[in-house]
Amino acid sequence: MLTKKIARFFTSLRLTVVLLAFAIILVFIGTIAQVDEGLYNAQTRYFHQWMIFGLDLFGHKIPLILPGGYLIGTLLLTNLIFAHVYRFQLSVKKIGIQLAHSGVILLLVGQLATDMFAHESQIRFVEGETKSYAESSQDYELAFTTDVGTNTEQVVPIPQKMLARGGEIKNANLPFTIRVKSFWKNSAPSFRAPMTQNAPPTTTNGVAVNFDFSPTAEAKTMDDKNVPTALIEIEAGDYVPISLGDWIVSGWTADAGMIESVQQNYARMAGASLANQIVGKLTSPQSVFVGGKKFTFTLRPVRNYLPFTLTLLKATHTVYDGTDIPKDFRSRLQLKNSRTGDNREVEIFMNAPLRYAGLTFYQYQMNAGQMAQQAGMTPESVLQVVRNPSWLTPYLGCALVAAGLIVQFLFHLVGFMKKRRTQ
Amino acid sequence: MKTIFQRWFPGFLMLVMALWFLGQLAAPKDQDFKFAEFGQLPVVSNGRVKPMDSLARNSLLQLREKQTLNLEPWKEWYQNPKIIPAIEWLANVMMNPQVADAWPVFRLDNQDLIAFLKLPAHDAAQKQDGKHYSWNQIVPSLQAFDAENERVQTNGAAENRDAYERAVIKVHARLELYAQLKNTIQPGDAQNWKTELADYENLIPTGVVAARAQQAGQKYDEATFNAFLTDLQRFDFMSRFEPPLILPPQNTGGDWQRVGSVLLAAARGEKIPSAVENYATMTETFKNGDSAGFNAALADYRSSLIPNFSRALAKSRAEVFFNQMQPFYNAMVIYVLAGLLAIFSWFNLSEMLRRSAVWLIGLAFLIHTTGLIYRIVLQGRPPVTNLYSSAIFIGWGAVVLGMILEKFHKNGIGAVVASGMAFITLIIAQNLALDGDTMEMMRAVLDTNFWLATHVVVVTLGYASTFVAGFLALIYIVRGVFTKTLDEATGKSLARMIYGIVCFATLFSFVGTVLGGIWADQSWGRFWGWDPKENGALIIVLWNALILHLRWGGMIRERGLVVCAIGGNIVTSWSWFGVNMLGIGLHSYGFTDAAFKWLVLFVASQIGFIALGSLPAKMWKSFSERGSMTSS
Repeated sequence: MLTKKIARFFTSLRLTVVLLAFAIILVFIGTIAQVDEGLYNAQTRYFHQWMIFGLDLFGHKIPLILPGGYLIGTLLLTNLIFAHVYRFQLSVKKIGIQLAHSGVILLLVGQLATDMFAHESQIRFVEGETKSYAESSQDYELAFTTDVGTNTEQVVPIPQKMLARGGEIKNANLPFTIRVKSFWKNSAPSFRAPMTQNAPPTTTNGVAVNFDFSPTAEAKTMDDKNVPTALIEIEAGDYVPISLGDWIVSGWTADAGMIESVQQNYARMAGASLANQIVGKLTSPQSVFVGGKKFTFTLRPVRNYLPFTLTLLKATHTVYDGTDIPKDFRSRLQLKNSRTGDNREVEIFMNAPLRYAGLTFYQYQMNAGQMAQQAGMTPESVLQVVRNPSWLTPYLGCALVAAGLIVQFLFHLVGFMKKRRTQ
Repeated sequence: MKTIFQRWFPGFLMLVMALWFLGQLAAPKDQDFKFAEFGQLPVVSNGRVKPMDSLARNSLLQLREKQTLNLEPWKEWYQNPKIIPAIEWLANVMMNPQVADAWPVFRLDNQDLIAFLKLPAHDAAQKQDGKHYSWNQIVPSLQAFDAENERVQTNGAAENRDAYERAVIKVHARLELYAQLKNTIQPGDAQNWKTELADYENLIPTGVVAARAQQAGQKYDEATFNAFLTDLQRFDFMSRFEPPLILPPQNTGGDWQRVGSVLLAAARGEKIPSAVENYATMTETFKNGDSAGFNAALADYRSSLIPNFSRALAKSRAEVFFNQMQPFYNAMVIYVLAGLLAIFSWFNLSEMLRRSAVWLIGLAFLIHTTGLIYRIVLQGRPPVTNLYSSAIFIGWGAVVLGMILEKFHKNGIGAVVASGMAFITLIIAQNLALDGDTMEMMRAVLDTNFWLATHVVVVTLGYASTFVAGFLALIYIVRGVFTKTLDEATGKSLARMIYGIVCFATLFSFVGTVLGGIWADQSWGRFWGWDPKENGALIIVLWNALILHLRWGGMIRERGLVVCAIGGNIVTSWSWFGVNMLGIGLHSYGFTDAAFKWLVLFVASQIGFIALGSLPAKMWKSFSERGSMTSS
């Protein structure tokens, strides 16, 4: 009885209609909200959400409770699957609708899978540089590196999440304890220029001597990102704790993209050579000695190592004659894979990604062409690296829905024409 | 007798309009100076090779929102004011600015700005219309205006500017454009360019010696050095305006160049291209009113282009013909006529009027299609590349759908939809064209004919069909509420049309949207990113799906369907224009205040129609007539 009721609820067209209506409202609100909150916040607040309590639109608070994107999506999917299973009839009349609906199911499931399994990272290199890893564009890790002899390094990464949680962090491979004293999700550096009135430094170790870091508002737009900074204390000693001092660890010291923006910023104010000195102080490595071993540590973008290497041979950025309108962004790369013996040149440009080893490489950003040349920079290219096992589902889903709708409407049309003819 | 008239009138009317259109194709005859040929010379501006004629028309559109120049704007139209073609104006700006500077080419609408620039008000006796002003009239206030522009530019965010501040920025940009054009062939302040150019060429060897000596701290000829420096500063100033590039590449694969930059390069020992000389001769003869000399110099230059640039010349000629044809404007005129005939046919139910409308729409559609194909060939791109061409294509798609409906139903409704939609979308296109070049180059990410041909075309057809369904719904409501012409059969057939079109709209908008996602996946590695334009398209899909499910579930009937279809107009206009106005996301191109005002008015009107459509049946004129016969 109850199962029947549930089945009837989930197969009902009324549920579909209500969900579609809510979906329209939600998508509209989620679009408007981007004006104030930016894409990422609007996305997490409205689309990647089960329930929404209260809205902010155009700077006004609106007390409303709405189902979030996850809830609507899940219910729609349930609705579709129930309707599909319970109402399934193998008749010519219904085949179009069945096809279209299975396409929509595939799309929804595919997007869910993408949400769960897809992974994005970036490779940034200047011409001539070789990279064997991609870096996360969002997440950072506190990496401790020790030399363990025979040209090998041991790396112990501590994810940003653990730093954000605060408290004490211990790791079996590290002979010391890390105590997080403060953590800022987004931060900004400022150079402690000599001969000016500075407050005392946060700590007298490492980068803090030359730079102050302060918390800033979280990033809103797609072009902005959060660059975290933490104040940590490192404490060694088994029975009697020995403090190895307070240290500032910051994403600003190891993220190539952010370092470049700092460099450009100071270059504008103080010229290129001074800017290079300042950046040198920002990026100089920090380390502690424990048990005769040197541990170098840095808060850097999370690295995903690739089973092959890429070398940037040439980055090309061309514009249309007499304008700044970009005509072409293009990276020529050398791909080397010692395991498979692959060693060939590949080219990536807009709308023409490289698919290799389950990954897709897209042309993402570029600092090349005349402008870079005039600024005396080595041409640089940034590739977006995506692992998305379900990348084919939209293609299939689209084909299924299109085929289904065409069959269904042709069926209608033929019926309509027949009726007219007999009239 | 009557039947023969009825039978032949539609074809006759179409023939008359066709002849009218063909009459427009002939270029105006040049009296003495061969402006038409000058208009075919290729130049590079906005990153593409185009004829001078297009540069002239696009510039005038930007300066005064017309493709021609009215030299006597204070006169009423019946007083026969002197109007000159764009190319004649451009020739004067480039080669004889002393004359062009006195022409009222800048349109100003903001009264505060007119007061700021101390410009005269409307006064026909003083030959002032209070709207159009010349360069010479503005120049006295130019310094103050530059400062004002600087203040507005640096003072706060663009979206907080008021009408006056927006006018400052717009008009300042117009002055900059004018200055660019003036510095294309010769320095804007040149008095006698051919002589000045020859003097400079003679000066180079001694000038270089003097400059080297001066730099090395040795003795140098001060007079030569100063003359040389003045020239170089002038040419540097000239090239800083970034005027159009009129000098064709010197060798294959080379770049088009500006006169200012090659003259600067000449000081470094590079050869001055012969085209500089050609243009200088044209300037000299043009200024002196020597039409024979000008035409000869022009012919010289054209023949020098033939060996290497015959393709550019041919393309320029084709584009000039296209400009002259004005296919979309002319089609629009015919659509209006057709639409009026079709509406009249509803009232006296005249089959002749309806057939005349259909024939005229056929003619207009032919011109519309010709224009579309012409653009595709000229640009080497699929039909939709920007907002402007999307308007033209939506109109085109709506005409196709409307004519299919007319073919099946033969009740004048499809004809009104076709002509009405075409008229509205072509008006929108006319206004979007005011931004200048409508055939701009495609940015790197858009530089793919495959996706432009699939995603963009399909999603635009989705817009077109959703609008057609909405337009049908408007007809239903207007005829039902205000007239007695919506009988049961007409109502039923309208509802059936709406339903069928919504089905199409669902198909096109869904496939178009998903193809867009696949394109995004190809270029950025993400299928769906909740970008405003993506969301706008998704809302159209969801809305159409909602209508279909409401109908299938029996939750709406005839009038419910009609009201919902009007909602389709709102969501589609939101997706087409609204999201661009948010100023965020990957598709935020082309915002204008005027567009915003019209969008708000449109949405308000559609809400009004929804309210009308929701009136109880007894308040509908058509239904109260039908009385107890129907109760739907």
